Amino acid sequence: MAADPMAEIREVFFQECEEQLGELESGLLQMENGSKDAETVNAVFRAVHSIKGGAGIFALDALVRFAHVFETTLDAIRGGRLAADPPIMALLLRAADALMDLVRAARQGEPISDTQTQDLVAEFNALAAGKAAAHAKAEAKPAAPPPPPPAPSGPPKRSWVIRLTPKPPLYAKANETALLLRELSLLGEIEVEVDASGLPDLADIDPEATYLSWNIVLSTDKDSAAIRGVFDFVEDDCDIEMFEQPDFSFFDGGSEPEAEAAPAAPAGGTESNAPAPPAAPNPVETMAAQAENASSVSQTIRVDLDRVDRMIDLVGELVITEAMLSQRVLEAGLARTSAVAMALEELEALTREIQDSVMAIRAQPVRAVFQRMPRLVRELAAHTGKQVRLVTEGESTEVDKTVIERIADPLTHMIRNAIDHGLESTEKRLAAGKSPEGQVRLTALHRSGRIVIEVADDGAGINRARVKQKAIENGLINPDAQLTDDETDNLIFLPGFSTASEISDISGRGVGMDVVRRSVQAMGGRISITSRPGLGSTFTLSLPLTLAVLDGMVVKTSDQTLIVPLAAVLETLRPNMSDIHPLDNRTSVLALRGGYVPMVDVAEALEFGNHTTPPDQCVALLVESEGGNRAILLVDEIQGQRQVVIKSIEANYRAVYGIAAATVMGDGHVALILDVDTIVSATRDSGRTDFNRSISQVF
Amino acid sequence: MGPAMDLDKTDAKIHELIAFRVGKQEFSINVTSVREIRGWTSATILPKAPRYIRGVINLRGAVLPIVDFAVRLGLPTAEPTARNVIIVVQIEQKQIGLLVDAVSDIITLNHNSIQPTPDVSSDAVSTFLRGLLPVDGRMISLVSLDNVLPPESAVAA
Repeated sequence: MAADPMAEIREVFFQECEEQLGELESGLLQMENGSKDAETVNAVFRAVHSIKGGAGIFALDALVRFAHVFETTLDAIRGGRLAADPPIMALLLRAADALMDLVRAARQGEPISDTQTQDLVAEFNALAAGKAAAHAKAEAKPAAPPPPPPAPSGPPKRSWVIRLTPKPPLYAKANETALLLRELSLLGEIEVEVDASGLPDLADIDPEATYLSWNIVLSTDKDSAAIRGVFDFVEDDCDIEMFEQPDFSFFDGGSEPEAEAAPAAPAGGTESNAPAPPAAPNPVETMAAQAENASSVSQTIRVDLDRVDRMIDLVGELVITEAMLSQRVLEAGLARTSAVAMALEELEALTREIQDSVMAIRAQPVRAVFQRMPRLVRELAAHTGKQVRLVTEGESTEVDKTVIERIADPLTHMIRNAIDHGLESTEKRLAAGKSPEGQVRLTALHRSGRIVIEVADDGAGINRARVKQKAIENGLINPDAQLTDDETDNLIFLPGFSTASEISDISGRGVGMDVVRRSVQAMGGRISITSRPGLGSTFTLSLPLTLAVLDGMVVKTSDQTLIVPLAAVLETLRPNMSDIHPLDNRTSVLALRGGYVPMVDVAEALEFGNHTTPPDQCVALLVESEGGNRAILLVDEIQGQRQVVIKSIEANYRAVYGIAAATVMGDGHVALILDVDTIVSATRDSGRTDFNRSISQVF
Repeated sequence: MGPAMDLDKTDAKIHELIAFRVGKQEFSINVTSVREIRGWTSATILPKAPRYIRGVINLRGAVLPIVDFAVRLGLPTAEPTARNVIIVVQIEQKQIGLLVDAVSDIITLNHNSIQPTPDVSSDAVSTFLRGLLPVDGRMISLVSLDNVLPPESAVAA
């Protein structure tokens, strides 16, 4: 592979940009929600700053110029010279969107120019000018209430107390304390005191040992990182304690300083620990300390996804081999209490744990998707003229990366739907006695091994009369069908429900909720809606945590073991001969609660040889395809349910009719996973089964 | 170039071949395309597959299709037993298993000693055989594996 190294670096830069943009947006949203936390502002500033820095390397000048203007305003907020009031926050959010657009355009290799951002730049400049004017005004009015402490030209000077205790290796490596102290003195004003209390009598002195410590008070405008930088090369060879001396004139809280843990934590518990200041009861949260924390918290490495997947594969093999070994041991007639069996049990527990941990590597917080939604909501709000507030919860809920990649579209569509159809217009809300601002709540949580995502609006709820009317008009239900409220609400997921009258600029686009449901089902998920008139609707999306495994029903027919995806199985039953009606010499239908469902003998459909089991001796699975079509699958027996690891057949072979993938069972044999869609659609040619679809079991 | 044997090269390159037996005949394939050799385990049959596809087996977590070499070449065949052998070969991106009777030999040969396949009208011969090799009075056919799997386009809808 002869990859262009520069292209690779570029790709990493853009990946990092995406992360920074995410940080930027979430930080801005925190600020908008009233967070005054200095670290939030810092994070926002850092994000824009890093993008600017990277863009400079790749000569993306327009991007650099815009980021610079953006950054200048953020810096003013950071320095307390500009208040983050709502209009400014709105401007910053729009700027973040624009920055995202520029970055994406640059990533696509599209030309970017200043014209795209000139309006925003003008607004930023006006802001700077206005602020200057306001500032002048404030100075002209000395009678104004006491202003906040005037922002100094540079960062404020702070005092640091440092205790330096060299260990013998420091001198052994020809370092010199005096040079370190001299370098520290370059950072600011310095007071140094030697602590010779540890010095023994002359007769006891070991020339190779160290006995001296230094207490240093440094007053500097540099941050702790700069100070630590001085000790970069010696930090392993000495004990450094460093904390900020509180400046009571600056912090009116008057609290004790926070003792920072030295990076080279004294492992040996040396004497120098003793004179350390007592633990602070109410530590001052210095920005420097936070920056320090931030760098230690986000300890991540970038790993090629292929490597992770390879590992997941290997662990999958390990699980299978382990299961096979266990089975062999059982077959060998070893007692469960034998040492071998017990060791195997331990091995099994360990293997499961490894599997879970490896799967967790691919897990990512849904934040990656949730972060895109505020922008969508802003745009939709602007477009519809509705006031919308997006509340997100559970962003840190983790789910497999592939799931994350694939939920973005359904989620986008659900939010569009919520804002376009769910929320009422401002006037209607006011008339209904609601707050003019509609709320869309996006929640993620783990529930019994699945991730559940809810999109709830506080709009008018589903207009059931209208939904039912539309379903009747489109021939989806009989005019005299008796539906519960729940069933009526869920009609919107039926294919063919989305009609021309409903298509709007936003949620129309020719995509109905049935498409959303289909893509969710393709992931082995389920979607449903609950609605309360006048109070709003809630979409509930339930998805597996990973796409690498599948909940399956293990069935046997014609001596072949097959896996039927559990998500497709609605119910299982044993058919009565009297309910089976032949349609022609090949097809039969089963009378089921007033409807007729086509029946498929799986063994025959897959040509597993002569299948002689009479239908009433078979087990019938009522399944539903992604398209919402239903059929009865006949198999010989159900052996149970289990989670199976999905293996591709196409990797070494080619697509197989009626089979979606394969898996390896505990006995080491391959079992095929049925492709319910193909099997069901094979029945469609023969029937007008649309009429027979029993609405009461659509979900 | 895939790892499958390229016999069109006219240079006098030294080849290492693995020879195997199917019925009374001996065949050989380039050793570089062989990944491993293992015993027969029962395969899971695939629906609507050609007759020469015995099914799929689990090769350390991967799904490996098994080609019954005798059926593929139109030779007489019997149900495989534990004494049969599966030669796992790499064909471009795919790994497949060849079900054969036994592995018989490893041959080192000079390219120049390969005799051309006589012009016969058999499909199997023209599809798979690339040459004949006289070794100690035996005749070993050189096999090209490129067409051993059914073509993608043959997939039933």
